[in-house]
Amino acid sequence: MTGFFAMGGYGAFIWPAYGISLLGLLAMAWQSWAAWRAAKKRLDALEKGEP
Amino acid sequence: MLKPMFRYANPAQFMRLSGALLPWVSLLALIALVTGLVLGFHVPPDYQQGMTVVIMFVHVPAAIVAESAYAAIALASLFSLVWRHPLADTAARAAAPLGAMFTALGLITGSLWGRPMWGAYWVWDARLTSFLLLLFLYLGYIALWNAIEDETRAARAAAILALVGAVNLPIIKFSVDWWNTLHQGESILSGQIAPVFLWPLLIMALGYMLLFAALWMIRIRTEIVNRRARSLMQRGADAAG
Amino acid sequence: MSGPFASLLMRDLRLAARSGGSAALALAFFALMATLVPLGVGADLRLLARVAAGVLWVGAVLAALLSLDRLFQGDFDDGSLDLIALSPLSLEQVALAKFLAHWLSTGLPLTLLSPVLALLFGLPGNGAVMLVISLLLGTPAVSAIGAIGAGLTLSLKRGGLILPLLILPLLAPVVIFGAGAVSAALNGLANGALGLLGALSLAAGLLSPFVTAACVRLNLAG
Repeated sequence: MTGFFAMGGYGAFIWPAYGISLLGLLAMAWQSWAAWRAAKKRLDALEKGEP
Repeated sequence: MLKPMFRYANPAQFMRLSGALLPWVSLLALIALVTGLVLGFHVPPDYQQGMTVVIMFVHVPAAIVAESAYAAIALASLFSLVWRHPLADTAARAAAPLGAMFTALGLITGSLWGRPMWGAYWVWDARLTSFLLLLFLYLGYIALWNAIEDETRAARAAAILALVGAVNLPIIKFSVDWWNTLHQGESILSGQIAPVFLWPLLIMALGYMLLFAALWMIRIRTEIVNRRARSLMQRGADAAG
Repeated sequence: MSGPFASLLMRDLRLAARSGGSAALALAFFALMATLVPLGVGADLRLLARVAAGVLWVGAVLAALLSLDRLFQGDFDDGSLDLIALSPLSLEQVALAKFLAHWLSTGLPLTLLSPVLALLFGLPGNGAVMLVISLLLGTPAVSAIGAIGAGLTLSLKRGGLILPLLILPLLAPVVIFGAGAVSAALNGLANGALGLLGALSLAAGLLSPFVTAACVRLNLAG
């Protein structure tokens, strides 16, 4: 298992690369999804107020 | 009580289509990414690079999406300027922050990839340098959209900027390559990729592209909904005033 | 050249040439930058000679940039731009006149000052000559692409802030080929860079008036 994490001595570069990539992708997904939910919520509230 | 229809047919069609596609695209993206990751970590160490070769599986896909996103923005800008397609501006604007983030990821992973090789976190490699310039192109594009208050003007100006940038991009890449050979810089990615590395790479690239497509759709949908909300608020204000 | 074109060109040139105008500003900035760099990197003439081409090229680009946000701004703010747009001149001709005026009042003077600054950096003679030639060939591209940026940021109150962000990436090839031409001359190599630089300036000069006019048009329409 430690061999896996060490990655032949390059672990210090490989894991941050993957970690930052994952963070970046998650950040984009989260921000996009949160913006959508907020927008949808606002529209639904407005449409309910409409006759 | 009927849900009010959107004023324009086009956005409504997009909402229907994207609403149907989104779950599938997201699912496929997830499958591709997981598959790519699993395959990626089972590759043997590269003859020259050791295990750092696996960074390629997050660096190259990010690079591919970063460039594709810019091409998409340029294409959407063309649609906006020439055919005045109502959704084109929205699509272009929505793609930009995503493209910028993928570019940043490409730069960071490229830097981490180069470090074990050359002992430096940054080398003026032709691809990384072009990439850095691409990031600035994205930032400028986003800044222009945010700087101009009038939405229509902002859309047109941004579209012109995107097209100017798109025309320039091949020239920039050519000049950076030329510059790089002049100064005999390093190169991260040499020509051939062995087949055992190719499959994880392609699958990860597919996953990244699908993820971009899904997020892009979500952002366009968000803007359509926001526009609808703004017009409802405007109507309410008009009625009250 | 028709009357209105020449008079627009002359008027802009006169504005730029007065004291405190854009010509003096560009030259002062260029000279100051050439003074500050050695203060930053040290007085070793061998080092300075090696970086001279790049530093002076970047300096020239930045100096030319300074007055770009005012290319159309002054006329836009006081309404003259609307009047000019109504004149017999097409917006493309206006853009061409503005771009030429900018180059004649910044790019060209910067080119003429460059040999003196090359001296300060200990650049050898053949390098200095190539520097002048490359600046002469390349600064039109800077003005041309800069004019597009000026058109895009026309309506912005503080357009000057994002204008460099917009056009500096686009100017990377010009800097690369410009400084590269000097490098090649210093190393006695064939100078493909000059040809590329000339082609860039030609293409930029030809296309810029059309793109700039489109930008100005969209800002006037509102």
